[in-house]
Amino acid sequence: MSKTLFEKIWDRHVVLQEPGSPAILYIDLHLVHEVTSPQAFEGLRQRGLPVRRPGQTFATMDHSTPTNTLELPLMDNMARRQLQQLQANCKQFGIRLLDLDNPQRGIVHVIGPELGLTQPGLTIVCGDSHTSTHGAFGALAFGIGTSEVEHVLATQCLLQDRPKTYLVSFSGRLSPGVTAKDMILALIGRIGIGGGTGHVFEYSGDAVEALNMEERMTLCNMSIEGGARAGMIAPDDTTFEYLAGRAYAPQGAAWESALTNWRSLPSDPDAVYDRQVDIDVSRLEPMVTYGTNPSMSIPISQRIPDPAIESDAVRRGSLERALSYMDLQPGSPLQGHPVDVVFIGSCTNSRLSDLRQAANLLRGRVVADNVRLLVVPGSESIRRQAEAEGLDRVFKEANGEWRFAGCSMCIAMNGDQLQPGQYAVSTSNRNFEGRQGQGGRTFLASPLTAAASAITGRITDPRTLL
Amino acid sequence: MECFKTLTSGIIPLARDDVDTDQIIPARYLKVTDKAGLADGLFSSWRYLSDGSPNPEFILNNHEVQGAQVLLAGDNFGCGSSREHAPWALAGWGIRAVISTSFADIFRNNALKNGLLPIVVDADTQRRLFAMTGESPTVQVTIDLASQTLTLPDGSQVSFPIDAFNKTCLLEGLDSLQYLLHHAPEIEAYERTRGWAL
Repeated sequence: MSKTLFEKIWDRHVVLQEPGSPAILYIDLHLVHEVTSPQAFEGLRQRGLPVRRPGQTFATMDHSTPTNTLELPLMDNMARRQLQQLQANCKQFGIRLLDLDNPQRGIVHVIGPELGLTQPGLTIVCGDSHTSTHGAFGALAFGIGTSEVEHVLATQCLLQDRPKTYLVSFSGRLSPGVTAKDMILALIGRIGIGGGTGHVFEYSGDAVEALNMEERMTLCNMSIEGGARAGMIAPDDTTFEYLAGRAYAPQGAAWESALTNWRSLPSDPDAVYDRQVDIDVSRLEPMVTYGTNPSMSIPISQRIPDPAIESDAVRRGSLERALSYMDLQPGSPLQGHPVDVVFIGSCTNSRLSDLRQAANLLRGRVVADNVRLLVVPGSESIRRQAEAEGLDRVFKEANGEWRFAGCSMCIAMNGDQLQPGQYAVSTSNRNFEGRQGQGGRTFLASPLTAAASAITGRITDPRTLL
Repeated sequence: MECFKTLTSGIIPLARDDVDTDQIIPARYLKVTDKAGLADGLFSSWRYLSDGSPNPEFILNNHEVQGAQVLLAGDNFGCGSSREHAPWALAGWGIRAVISTSFADIFRNNALKNGLLPIVVDADTQRRLFAMTGESPTVQVTIDLASQTLTLPDGSQVSFPIDAFNKTCLLEGLDSLQYLLHHAPEIEAYERTRGWAL
């Protein structure tokens, strides 16, 4: 019978499916970070359980880490205790940890692929909703809660109901200045923030095949913002070229046999999906959000919608609340709206190609007087590569701040945050109320739109500066 | 885990769609290494004014809902981050069930593992419940998990879905990790069929 990419991976990982119970699904790779793991390790201690497969478990620090120093001890007592707890837990349970001073440390969803840990056909979980990022390699990767982190630590398995499948077909060619970030914002705008609930996305079509791995990661990263816990892309030569030679990728004969396996993964031609949406990317513009969830976005040339056109009272209220929080007027354009901060970073858009795109716009220019530009690479490896290319100088000469790797202002746990009332253009993934700092207001956009807006101090269509 | 069998309780109406876990518990409360005290941060950006005093306009500060254990929400409750701190904070405050037309997948999983019952109702029932709480803030609902029945304040009943596995876990207070541990032999047999090492 014909199968989708998702179904092939799911079927290969079902340990047991008893009637009336969820499947016991085997997990190949478990990524761990400091924020969602302490209570899980404590649970193991209370039950007297070991970590079943420490070799398939990998830890890093990213959420509460500072980006202005890598010196310990940290000034923030709670963050320090959380990091020390992760160190102690990894030591006690024999888990590899990329510590604060490790040259390969970075955002968990950036380093997995970088190290070659993320591979096609694997099941990958992490106590973090943006684990969907790893689906770019043709893995089944999704975020879990802390109880489930404990389940995987203890048994290397999860109890899961089989999700439905949702084909997202992107066709056509992107215009210059329009990126993978604009594709995913357009999708979420189309289907809504809960549109993919209960489903796994598979992104396909010529527009997806044309993307490089970093762009594919941006696409899969925000699957969760459309309600889908996982988003996947069939592995192809682009995937294999990215992986070849990476630290944890198979080598020699093992590489050849892995390739044979990986080539068997793409969905069969007549595979059936539960749902499907088709989007022509050739007409896409740079997208910007205006509201307080990632589905509230518009093409940059358009105007903010009027809540009055919503017939459902609760939905109309939500939209009115969003515009009130953002202090924006229905019917007014977003383009030209003043911004205070521009944040380039996060597991969505902090990879080398993102930084290069932003630097290409910023080279020889300076940011507007009233704007703070914060550039935070996704990993220490990316930071060094960027510095070798001189990208750090471009950002600094533009009066931007160049930082060490971490989640930073995407989640605002480490001191990098907006002040109440400030407006930010951010390349991150969530514009929820207060996400980037209490009272802060976020416009989500691509690295190109962010860089263009930093230069002018207003929301700016990057195509006018290319 | 605490058992969930029946519950008769007042209702806390939160007429907002797409309540994300960043609102349920903001990230600044996530630097803890245990589960204690998270109720203080529940809905904190909505619940407190910028000077730290309670926001009188926010429903959780309404004296009529104090002691209520059922939250009535708009569509798509619990979207966003995977933080289990969200159900920990809700349960810590005293909430034992949330009624919505839909729940985000990760939140739903997390809630069920903490004895917090997500109850899915249709849009009409949701609208009626909001209307009833609007007319009288102290009305009550009764939840009977065994029969999967929600009794509305007007006495009418609707049934709600829940899978057999989670229903049993909640009714008997069972921890789902025990089920996995019980199947260690099958997990071991599965591992032997695969060659995998990082």
